[in-house]
Amino acid sequence: MTDIELKRKSIEYRMALLKYIKLANAGHTGGSLSCVDILNVLYNRVLNVTPDNFADPLRDRYVQSKGHSVEALYVVLADKGFFPISDLETLCQFQSPYVGHPTRKIKGIEQNTGALGHGLAFSAGVALAGKKDQADYRVFTLLGDGELAEGSNWESMLTAAHYGLDNLTAIVDRNKLQISGSTEDVCALENLAAKFEAFGWVVRSADGHDLPALGDILNSTPFEPGKPSVVIANTTKGKGVSFMENVTKWHHGVPSDEQYEQAMTELQARLMEVDA
Amino acid sequence: MSFQPAMEMGKANLEIFCETLIGLAQANKNVLAVTSDSRGSGKLMPFAQALPDQIVEVGIAEQNLVGVAAGLASAGKIVYAVSPGSFLTARSLEQIKNDVCYSDQPVKLIGISSGVSYGALGSTHHSIHDIAVLRAIHNCTIVVPADNLETAEAIKAAAAMTHPVFIRFGKRALPHLHQPGTPFAVGKSIQVCDGSDIAFIATGEAVVQATLAAQALEQSGVSARVISMHTIKPLDMDAVLKAAKECKAIATVEEHSVMGGLGEACAAYLIQAGVSVPFKIVGFPDEDTVTGSQLEIFNHYGICQQGLVQTALTLLKT
Repeated sequence: MTDIELKRKSIEYRMALLKYIKLANAGHTGGSLSCVDILNVLYNRVLNVTPDNFADPLRDRYVQSKGHSVEALYVVLADKGFFPISDLETLCQFQSPYVGHPTRKIKGIEQNTGALGHGLAFSAGVALAGKKDQADYRVFTLLGDGELAEGSNWESMLTAAHYGLDNLTAIVDRNKLQISGSTEDVCALENLAAKFEAFGWVVRSADGHDLPALGDILNSTPFEPGKPSVVIANTTKGKGVSFMENVTKWHHGVPSDEQYEQAMTELQARLMEVDA
Repeated sequence: MSFQPAMEMGKANLEIFCETLIGLAQANKNVLAVTSDSRGSGKLMPFAQALPDQIVEVGIAEQNLVGVAAGLASAGKIVYAVSPGSFLTARSLEQIKNDVCYSDQPVKLIGISSGVSYGALGSTHHSIHDIAVLRAIHNCTIVVPADNLETAEAIKAAAAMTHPVFIRFGKRALPHLHQPGTPFAVGKSIQVCDGSDIAFIATGEAVVQATLAAQALEQSGVSARVISMHTIKPLDMDAVLKAAKECKAIATVEEHSVMGGLGEACAAYLIQAGVSVPFKIVGFPDEDTVTGSQLEIFNHYGICQQGLVQTALTLLKT
């Protein structure tokens, strides 16, 4: 996939996730918009995961620890052919399997998440199994930055370093906002890179919206043999819709009809820019 | 009494667990023990020495223990996550709920030194809530073996289970209740002895006490049935119903709070089946639990021969 095609995907994914959040009248809009570029790069440039090989024990694994941004994951999985995107018309409807956090009822999803601080331990377990089996699959997990206040993450960081899980890569969606405001005001995370390093991880920082650069970084893991890798992806919450960017209330805000039209107009204009 | 239980002394269920797990792990390299600095208290040192590549140590981090176990299980490993019941089912309850049960990862959760095995150490170390909390979580089989045979069989059965299971036991040596070769199946209780006056439906390390009470009652001409209800979820409802129909009274006996455990499971089933029988739940009352050895605490709360004889006689008078 060319860089232009990749860029186009990101815009289309944004339009789709907003469409289904609007239809469901529910969703985690800001976080989905901040991480969708990361998911785009993972599924279109990095992961060896397709609907056809999803039962293969040697497939790469993606675990979305920040489960609340499931709308971004749903639209990417639909685009990759795991299910028809029209299924998302039932998002958050009574008895729909497409609930507001990832579940294994949906093909393509590895683990049920949503309660925060769970994905890293699970991913470490999958990576450790890979080591024991001498399998060469890789495990990627997406962590929210606010999520890092959960102490369980730091337990798992110790384990991943202790076992030298260089087949494990964590990606932090560092949008610097959580539901109550700035991560630094709620419970300061910085210096985050130093903290990961102190726990035995090799850290790279990246622009979480620079698709080719992100692809290059994620494809260069492990950053150091024998150590787990982490990419601190600097992102913008609400990225791609001007009035949603860096505004806390869009954590789980649903656009009004007018806001939805404006968002779509902005994204359509971006699409035309890319096509030009 | 149609069957006299052997009652010869055996080992601690904890030791049987380790011996059984070594056998399973030697036969299959995918069998793993995951521990949270609990290999010593779990009597897993022989396992660690014999099979160092099959023990995964995560340190004192029970949340991580269960999450890592779920990941290993998802990748095809046969995982026994071993930690004191008190911590496993409280500290990491959310991991059990979400990572294991909701996600349907077939982890074998092993609560060691459960109940009041650590009786003198205080309520931080008691697990008398574990059955209640796990009963309320969907997709968790709960097994509480009563003796060495039940423990070995439960650990072996767990290896083949494709859904989550919680198995809990203590650390004190126990007498054998069953003859070698006694059939064991998860979900199917074992009748230790038959009787028609009182039925003791007991579980785990309380079954021995119920059996001792049955023997004493027989001397007084009272016929007591003892059922080892080793699987609490799914409950062997046929055995409960049969006891209610064939005996004059039922006493449930468990090393657990009287709230939410075996007793309430049996009572809820019977009342909804429209069956009424004099009924007593013997366990730990809702109070600041006394401390001491396991047997001292049992004696204090009537989970003992004398206490259960008294419970039976009182029930049969009503």
